[in-house]
Amino acid sequence: MNMLLAIPLVVPLLGAAVTLLLRGVPRAQQIVGALTLSVVIVDAALLLARTADGTVVTTQAGAWAAPLGITLVADPMAALLLLVSSVVLLIVLLYAIGQDIGGLSRATPQVFHPTYLVLTAGVCLSFIAGDLFNLFVGFEIMLTASYALITQAPTRARVRASMIYTVVSLTSSILFLTGIALVYALTGTVNMADIAEKLGAAPPELRMVLALLFFVVFGIKAAIVPMHFWLPDSYPVALTRISAIFAALLTKVAVYAIIRTQTLLFFRDDISDVLLWVAIATMVVGILGALVQDDVNRVMSFALVSHIGFMIFGLGVGTAAGLAGAVFYLVHHIIVQATLFLVNGLMRQYVGHTSLRAIRGLTTVSPALALFFFLPALSLAGLPPMSGFVAKVALFEAGFAEGSPLVLAGIVAGLLTSLLTLIAVFRIWTRAFWGTPLPDMVEAKERLRNGANLGGLRFMTTMTGVMVAVGLFVAVAAGPLASIGFTAAEGLVNGDAYIEAVLGEGAR
Amino acid sequence: MNTPGLILVVCVAVLYSSGFYLLLQRSLMRVVFGILILGHAANLSLLLTDEAITLPPLLGGPSGEMSDPLPHAMALTAIVITFGVTTFLLALAYRVWLGDENDEVPDDVEDRRISRLTEPEDSS
Repeated sequence: MNMLLAIPLVVPLLGAAVTLLLRGVPRAQQIVGALTLSVVIVDAALLLARTADGTVVTTQAGAWAAPLGITLVADPMAALLLLVSSVVLLIVLLYAIGQDIGGLSRATPQVFHPTYLVLTAGVCLSFIAGDLFNLFVGFEIMLTASYALITQAPTRARVRASMIYTVVSLTSSILFLTGIALVYALTGTVNMADIAEKLGAAPPELRMVLALLFFVVFGIKAAIVPMHFWLPDSYPVALTRISAIFAALLTKVAVYAIIRTQTLLFFRDDISDVLLWVAIATMVVGILGALVQDDVNRVMSFALVSHIGFMIFGLGVGTAAGLAGAVFYLVHHIIVQATLFLVNGLMRQYVGHTSLRAIRGLTTVSPALALFFFLPALSLAGLPPMSGFVAKVALFEAGFAEGSPLVLAGIVAGLLTSLLTLIAVFRIWTRAFWGTPLPDMVEAKERLRNGANLGGLRFMTTMTGVMVAVGLFVAVAAGPLASIGFTAAEGLVNGDAYIEAVLGEGAR
Repeated sequence: MNTPGLILVVCVAVLYSSGFYLLLQRSLMRVVFGILILGHAANLSLLLTDEAITLPPLLGGPSGEMSDPLPHAMALTAIVITFGVTTFLLALAYRVWLGDENDEVPDDVEDRRISRLTEPEDSS
């Protein structure tokens, strides 16, 4: 029994229980929450250290041998994403704590803390689940927590939005369950390593149908075009801390699940053309949506949809280099997207809303805010020397090496999308950050400066700064990260190590 | 395939189609019912994975044979999840109804924006 693999699941759930019991003592809840996530970060770092050379760590829960029991698996990709996610989760939690201390939020902390930790457990389980059914359970834990989180501080708009969100997510979950039933009927197992072994004997047409079904299931959650309509309608409406963590993690967990299932289970089946077409459509449609929005949160939500396309593109290229690019892009995008939503939250503190029609001169109001927007925005657009640039170069290089016409079309779409992203973020920059501040914004600033909640606001700003710093660190540490990404991608392309680690040496 | 299996197949097909039909309606109550029915369909299709579905799942019948217990366990888990989430959905639908006095899905925000574009707006 490897405790390292149990901790990311068990500790957050325990933490959730404790914070639920401590619901009358907000300070204790905050401390427990932060401690829990710190433990997960340390654990994920240890896991990454152990898997960085391509080792696959497994745990058979209850010591039931592999295809029968519940297997938890961490390969380099899962460990890397676990680490990045837990860091982002901790920073957003601290940001939320600062907001609560300053009395700047209408969230209910008593509900927020336990639910947030349950969400953490769900995200972690999704990354390390070794069988399809536990992947489903991980998704459900994560989603059920997110249903509760999105309705925090319920207004009419939020209840409406969460209705859309819940129904769409549930539809995807039910299709997921159907997929599991079909796979089980075909192979008699739900263990992913075992399925990978046994699907080889299944008729190719059936495998193709299953591959597409799972692509649709996770595609709904990842908001790829044409299944993205729910995202810009629901994410921007939620509280900032919640839309930040949703935008950063939930869609990426789904992308992880797409990459995991398509590489491990269905690698023989070539749906890469479909993946590439979808990737191109996602990139272009998403960013065109972002260009015409007037609300910063909505612009960011469409940009989020658009950039999911890059990761699908990496998967569509299908080589180790392409997948390495996709893994690096995942890491970069989790951090950048969280930062941008945190900045939007600060913007909302200063201005009271995020509509571009009534924001001017934020640079004068808060220079720090302008800097914190500028750096991740450049990274999102992929300008050197930011992490976005490194990630895009990795993807495009892999694409050129592959060189088929559709991949080249994908590269053109990617370059176009980067350019349009630049236009989209500069549109926000010129409208919201330049110019003379509107009178009510100056008033709001003075009110915040002199108010009792200044400490909370400073803490939130600091945490946003920390997130920006993490983003810069990704760019600085691009070399080591890329080598981990490449090890992870090689593990994905050749699933033997994964299968052997789960089923034991004699499996092949 | 034996007769109970065939009946189940027909059942699942009818449940999926009616579930998706209800899901596409504008009334939130119908959407909730759609989700419920789809949940049943998925659970039944889990049971369909076993040919020997008529046999008891754990200890064998008269002949000592048994059906595969794993789909039953998975269906149980899924039923619990669907039950919990449906309760939440009902509460949400009730909140929507309290707020708006109706339970229709509103027009899409983008649609309204596009229709507003026909009117003159300030250029900035």
